[in-house]
Amino acid sequence: MTALLIGFGNPGRGDDGLGPAFAERIAALDLPGLTVEVDYQLTVEHALMISEVQTVIFADAALDAVEPFYFRALNEAEAQTIGSHSVSPEAALRLSRLLFGKAPQGFVLGLAGSEYGAVSEGLSDAARRSLDLAETYFSGWYDAQCKAAS
Amino acid sequence: MTEPRMIEISPVTRVEGHGKVTIHLDRNNQVAEARLHIVEFRGFERFIHGRLLWEVPVIVQRLCGICPVSHHLAAAKAMDQIVGVDVVPPTAEKMRRLMHYGQVMQSHVLHFFHLSAPDLLFGFGAPAEKRNVFEILRENPELGRRAVLMRQFGQEIIEATAGKKIHGTGAIPGGINRNLPIATRDRFLARIDEMEAWALDALALARDYTLGHADLVAGFGTFPSNHMSLVRKSDGALDLYHGALRAIDSEGAPIFDGVEYSNYHKLLVEDVRSWSYMKFPFIKALGPDDGWYRVGPLSRMNTASFIDTPLANDAHKALRAVTGGAPNNATLTTHWARMIEVVHCVEKIRELLLDADLQGTDLVAKGERRPTGTGVIEAPRGNLIHHYEVDENDQVSFCNLIVSTTHNNEGMNRAVKDVAVKYLSGQDKITEGMLNHVEVAIRAYDPCLSCATHALGQMPLKVELFDAGGRLIDNATRDL
Repeated sequence: MTALLIGFGNPGRGDDGLGPAFAERIAALDLPGLTVEVDYQLTVEHALMISEVQTVIFADAALDAVEPFYFRALNEAEAQTIGSHSVSPEAALRLSRLLFGKAPQGFVLGLAGSEYGAVSEGLSDAARRSLDLAETYFSGWYDAQCKAAS
Repeated sequence: MTEPRMIEISPVTRVEGHGKVTIHLDRNNQVAEARLHIVEFRGFERFIHGRLLWEVPVIVQRLCGICPVSHHLAAAKAMDQIVGVDVVPPTAEKMRRLMHYGQVMQSHVLHFFHLSAPDLLFGFGAPAEKRNVFEILRENPELGRRAVLMRQFGQEIIEATAGKKIHGTGAIPGGINRNLPIATRDRFLARIDEMEAWALDALALARDYTLGHADLVAGFGTFPSNHMSLVRKSDGALDLYHGALRAIDSEGAPIFDGVEYSNYHKLLVEDVRSWSYMKFPFIKALGPDDGWYRVGPLSRMNTASFIDTPLANDAHKALRAVTGGAPNNATLTTHWARMIEVVHCVEKIRELLLDADLQGTDLVAKGERRPTGTGVIEAPRGNLIHHYEVDENDQVSFCNLIVSTTHNNEGMNRAVKDVAVKYLSGQDKITEGMLNHVEVAIRAYDPCLSCATHALGQMPLKVELFDAGGRLIDNATRDL
């Protein structure tokens, strides 16, 4: 299986850094077949990277997540439009299909935090709890995906 | 008779961060006032307090996920002064320039192809389901592919010069921490012809749109203003990385020229207004009413005497010819100006890649420590000022930043009001297309409203309608 995890957000804005923090933790696990990317935000050029794998997982802080996180499959048909700050995971998938003729299976991990907006480094207690639980969940999920694919 | 109403558009769609537009209608549905409210985080200047000077060029990239390189370089230039270096080694300056041109190119490409193209190609009044980048890509996927590959090219240049895609460390006080290996140079050179050809195609698209819609462009957010930017000190050429400050009035007469940018605070005043968190800078000598100015690609086309790369210079002449050589004050011409800068960046990247100094090994200069330093750069959205004081423990004790969006605050507000008066006054029904005209005026400035907080679920478009008593009488929200 070839998979891509993109963790995005701004570590200088409190819990907005949940996505990069999650990606860094997963990168340290060195899971087979998984490429990990960290970025401030999703942008249009991620579509190229996305088009080259079988599965993509987007990890970001989510204002609408109930603690500790949600994890769900994406439907690219739900993509609306894009902005340079508002390329949604669905839109990135849709761009991949429109521009490069294919799009992988997509999932989104929305991590619950509590402190956003202020210029500050470090995660809140709530965000750290989300991170711990999400790491455990994701490792198990990914392992199951690999077994199913083999 | 209709009661006075207030319409809010919040946040503005397809611009960076968050903003809110309020349009006040009088009893006859005429626009009485229109304002753009910006959510600006001033906390950064406190956040940076106490940081060591060496880490500042890295930390400031947290300000913005869109243009971290601009902050990285402006801070590094300020720290050059603090470590007593007025001129960094040629390899350092050229690596920094390469990084900067890569950033400006990829930023402009995103704005043009993916943010503004739906408005330009489908018209501002088109329904939302049509006025959408996916519609453009469905009809012309090659356009979108080029944009992605041009952005990727710019991003790879940033990685090669800054070290990493985010939180780059390339520029350090006094110089740079790497040069460009030959193999990396050759990888870029192999693609530069294609980049130039695509940049010229994009330039033609923007030029043809502007000239083909002359009446719309002339009447949409067009108003006289002063313009300010850096220009090359020796001859007034466009220079996005370094130079002296030049300001001109709406007729092209000089207000100041050749000014060392470390003296910015002697020329500019940051005004405060009760209804906005963001400051309103103006030129001190002219006062707040006459001294406001614009910055950015269009302003740079107006202030620069010429462009020192041939293809961009030809395009610059064509743009200037539209107004007979006088400053162009039509907001929508900014898209054309932006594409001229893309061509310029590609030409500059080629020039630099062919320069052996990029493989030099003299990377850092040293000097006598100073207590203060100012770094100024022409970021994609316009002039960017970083000003610091550092104490004897090498810790930042003072920081002042003026970002491009702040420079343009008054101009954007004027553009919003101009468009609102033209397209909303006298109407008894506010259509989405009409509201989008207001947003188009703001988007032309490519504002960066709050820099890089963007958790999932934060970008709905919210429209609220208030009566004369301030009661909410209608609202609508849609996800974007």
